[in-house]
Amino acid sequence: MGLLSKKDAALIKDPLFDNNPITIQVLGICSALAITAELKASIVMSISVIFVMGAGNVVISLLRNVIPSKIRIIAQLIVVAALVIVVDQVLKAYAYSLSKQLGAFIGLIITNCIIMGRFEAFALANGPWRSFIDGIGNALGYGLILCIVGVCRELLGSGSLLGYKVLGDPIEKTGLYAYGYENNGFMLLAPMALIVVGLIIWVQRSRNAALIEEN
Amino acid sequence: MAKTDGNGYTVFFATAMVVVVGVILAGLATGLKPQIKENERFEKQQNILYAMGVNANEEGDTSANFISTEEVEQMFKQHITRQLIIQGGDIKENPEAFLVDLKKQSKKDLKERKMPLFVGERDGETFYVVPMYGKGLWDAIWGYIALDKNMVVEGVYFDHKGETAGLGANIKERYFMDDFRGEQIVDGTTFKGITVAKGNNDPLNNQKDDNEVDAIAGATITGDGVTAMIKSTLRDYLPYIKQEIKG
Repeated sequence: MGLLSKKDAALIKDPLFDNNPITIQVLGICSALAITAELKASIVMSISVIFVMGAGNVVISLLRNVIPSKIRIIAQLIVVAALVIVVDQVLKAYAYSLSKQLGAFIGLIITNCIIMGRFEAFALANGPWRSFIDGIGNALGYGLILCIVGVCRELLGSGSLLGYKVLGDPIEKTGLYAYGYENNGFMLLAPMALIVVGLIIWVQRSRNAALIEEN
Repeated sequence: MAKTDGNGYTVFFATAMVVVVGVILAGLATGLKPQIKENERFEKQQNILYAMGVNANEEGDTSANFISTEEVEQMFKQHITRQLIIQGGDIKENPEAFLVDLKKQSKKDLKERKMPLFVGERDGETFYVVPMYGKGLWDAIWGYIALDKNMVVEGVYFDHKGETAGLGANIKERYFMDDFRGEQIVDGTTFKGITVAKGNNDPLNNQKDDNEVDAIAGATITGDGVTAMIKSTLRDYLPYIKQEIKG
């Protein structure tokens, strides 16, 4: 990465793997459980969060010296909420069908604790450029896990990916279904998302012992 | 940080921030409003036309495709011959009937309620498109159902505000909506509506006179909402549709 210094590159790379906001910091679990029943929703949510997080981190970073510390959380909330409304309105005006598909997800971004977490932990103490990279990095880390969970749940729960029936047709009994395979409807429910996230955490920690907390 | 800790500054900052953000958002909302309104108009027209079979679905497609927003206004004029508003037993023509806010109307008494009804034509056949509004698991569901002159369903369109993705949200998928095509809403002479049925012995929906379509697994409440919405809406409309069919 010629564009980024080593330190900056780490801001992108760390949250993707060794300091992932979902699997290591266990933030943003609510939306990771709620919207990952389909891969498409996961991807769309990831893109929206990348935008809000990148822009929000820059705004907070620019305001970091003028925000009174007593009301900084509320100030952060206003920034997130305003950005989310901007995204929502612009999509409604210029990409109506996309905004229809996203529906409630856009509003859900406000409740994403990773965003508030990065404002509080990073943007309030760093310059705009580094905050921007940090925001993008964390949103990518979040998106990565969302997409992994989305693939598992849609494939095993509905037998499709992005709506394409990759395992055959469960009603006409073609493909895998001809051999008695059945979709696991349980995968579509939120508890299975938590179990999938748990499995990812397990794999990640057993590959990298440094991530295991001492007790 | 010292200068930003005082109460006076805090109040000043809070006020300034709210005003600035408020002005930006208000400006944006006002600027985009005409565009958004227009999109909503097109969407309603697309949905109504979709239900009566004027859509861009092609053989083998699994997703619901509407006719494009560029053509929709002209197609709507061409295919929807009459737009009616039924209110307290009176039927009146109204070219803006498709803009009636069903959410508001659904709270009113049946006598005062404005009930829009669209009469459309496709390939020489006449269809009666009824807008519906009801409740799913989390929030509102709504849709359109098109009947032909024998009270057989020509097509439906469903949409929802916030049903669960992958479960209840699938009511707007074609595999669910297409099941309604050809279904009867009456059993002999008694009005039955259409039930979204679990434990259906007819998952391929070959039987068209059982007043049933196959439910979506894991979406019981949404399916029940669809059943209730179809039943209550069509019951209210039935006398008027019969009247229209007789001419």
